Amino acid sequence: MTTLDSSKEIQKNNSEVNETHEDFRMFGLITFLIADGMTFAGFFAAYLTYKAVNPLPDGAIYELELPIPTLNTILLLVSSATFHKAGKALLKDKNSDSQKWLFITAFLGIIFLICQLFEYFHLPFGLTDNLFASTFYALTGFHGLHVTLGTLMILIISWQSRINCGRLSSQNMFPLEAVELYWHFVDGIWVILFIILYLL
Amino acid sequence: MTILIDPQKTNNESLQPKGWLRYFSFSLDHKVIGIQYLVCGFLFYLIGGTLASAIRIELASPMSDFMPRDVYNQVLTLHGTIMIFLWIVPVVNGAFGNYLIPFYVGARDMAFPRLNAVAFWLIPPSGLMLVASYFVEGAAQAGWTAYPPLSITTPQSGQIIWILSVLLLGGSSIFGGINFIATIIKLRRPGLKLMQLPMYCWAMLGTSLLVVLSTPVLAGTLILLSFDIIANTGFFNPVLGGNVVVYQHLFWFYSHPAVYIMVLPAFGLVSEILPVHARKPLFGYTTMVFSIMGIVVLGLVVWAHHMFTSGTPPWMRLFFTIATAFIAVPTGIKFFNWVATLWGGKISINSAMLFSCGFIINFVFGGITGVALAQVPFDIHVHDTYFVVAHFHYIVYGGTVFIIFSSIYHWFPKVIGKMLNEKLGILHFIITFIGFNLCFAPQHWLGLNGMPRRVAEYDPQFQFVNQISSLGALLMAISTIPFLINIFLSVRNGKNAGDNPWNALTPEWLTSSPPPVENWEGDAPLVEEPYGYGKEISEQN
Repeated sequence: MTTLDSSKEIQKNNSEVNETHEDFRMFGLITFLIADGMTFAGFFAAYLTYKAVNPLPDGAIYELELPIPTLNTILLLVSSATFHKAGKALLKDKNSDSQKWLFITAFLGIIFLICQLFEYFHLPFGLTDNLFASTFYALTGFHGLHVTLGTLMILIISWQSRINCGRLSSQNMFPLEAVELYWHFVDGIWVILFIILYLL
Repeated sequence: MTILIDPQKTNNESLQPKGWLRYFSFSLDHKVIGIQYLVCGFLFYLIGGTLASAIRIELASPMSDFMPRDVYNQVLTLHGTIMIFLWIVPVVNGAFGNYLIPFYVGARDMAFPRLNAVAFWLIPPSGLMLVASYFVEGAAQAGWTAYPPLSITTPQSGQIIWILSVLLLGGSSIFGGINFIATIIKLRRPGLKLMQLPMYCWAMLGTSLLVVLSTPVLAGTLILLSFDIIANTGFFNPVLGGNVVVYQHLFWFYSHPAVYIMVLPAFGLVSEILPVHARKPLFGYTTMVFSIMGIVVLGLVVWAHHMFTSGTPPWMRLFFTIATAFIAVPTGIKFFNWVATLWGGKISINSAMLFSCGFIINFVFGGITGVALAQVPFDIHVHDTYFVVAHFHYIVYGGTVFIIFSSIYHWFPKVIGKMLNEKLGILHFIITFIGFNLCFAPQHWLGLNGMPRRVAEYDPQFQFVNQISSLGALLMAISTIPFLINIFLSVRNGKNAGDNPWNALTPEWLTSSPPPVENWEGDAPLVEEPYGYGKEISEQN
């Protein structure tokens, strides 16, 4: 009781505290992307372990063709740059420019997905043929799902960035910044995936 | 960039139902969400406890006469899954975390209130789905570990529902973890330093890091497992060229940290309860913080000690044995700190204190068997026997569930504004403590003598000891009756608690009981020494 009444350490009604706080939505998104990255880390670890300890049955070694995935890598890297351009344009209040760059980014994403599907249809193996085939489709498919979601989000924010909409402007950059970070993350994962799956 | 909290926007309570109805709504108030977690978790605890009783009834006789063998498998799978994913993880993280963390950091709510509500509302549907899977050609039968090839060859629909349910619960857990990290790191009241936070904040920070880093791996693994079951791929199916050990590595990469996800918050809660009821500062605050972070780091690199009999190569056995033995160091530091906190304190013997002391006793025992199990020769001897069951329950029931009850006795006056009945509380503790030890201590002997776990039938020579264990389980089942009566009576006509019945110094006691919607009438108090008990007396001397 005595300790509580003295309570020097407890200062109520401190006027320093005002009712504002820092914007930590980006912090939350980064934490989420770390978690998402761990899912991919699990998949990569499984793939590399399979490659090291589980030999494929005879005559089941498939070579992956490089041209399409290389084109896809270039597409995604270029789309990262165009997204960055969109952000720069919006910062200067050039909404229509920003919208144009966002459309280009989404278009590149769609081309990526079409190339991916084209590759799927021309591969000499199916999902259940062997362990390598299964891990290939699981990894690229899970990444493709991320690209699909990203493309949808880009289309949404490009719609929101039209003039006089008010959802997205140089005053409120967060939706664009969040999707941009996500898009760069998906790009980064693709580069790692490309190295591990196609080049190694 | 800063966000101005618009009073018009945050005070949207008028849009939300008042009274008891708000517990059934998509409420954004962290206190309401905390209670939702606790009550929902307790209902699942009753279901899981009923299943546990069914297991002990079955094991009272050597033959499978109470239920068929496949039903026994379903019952033990549901028991494990419900107790871990729907009772302990949501309650010890979600319930107490949501209720206490905003108070401790001096905030009006969690960092992401909507995400918080979403995280809670994922739990009831997935839990109901899991329980209902019993009626769809049988629930999952492969245990809570769902090891392939067992999980691939048992009936599929139950296993798929199990996977879906655990994926949703994992998502809920990740959302909760993101929220706790953001709240503790970013939403602290100005002037409040990290090293001034109550210990539960540190425990929740460590736990949330484990959740964010390891739960996604489990999600990925279960997605691959569901492909194996539905789409006939062969990731974990040796017949199709797959590798079952990869599943075990990925599964335990989550599920060993999951043990710390279940027990670190309990460490934090007991560090809050002991100083209050012993009227002494928490002993060794800094070492406590570093040992929590040490457990987080080490907890991520010890998973393969669950797999010593899975053809693990010798170097891996050596590494994981040593790493596991190292975990005993930070854990031991924490135990000495708690005992030193009690040492020479002015201890009040009440239900919260008794359950906390029960936790210390049980957890020391579970910790010692844990270090023993980390030694490869011993582990190979008792692998997959009742020794493991006994060890696990000493950690998770004797450890965490005791602390959940202790915390309910400690924070009930704050949440409801009324005191719990101490006599019924002490009765609850005595029956639980005796029943728990009677139930699980004999299982060490059973395991050492070779009784395998997860099997409905056993060698008749073990019958007597199994009946003692079942008697203990009966006592544990009975022990919930005084608890429920106590809660019911105290909510209706308990003694008024006042704002601070324990004379505690942590911030949640410095507001009214029950707290107002935004936690404080004025500004949040700055508590620089949450454990400053006895300072006045020593200054006078």
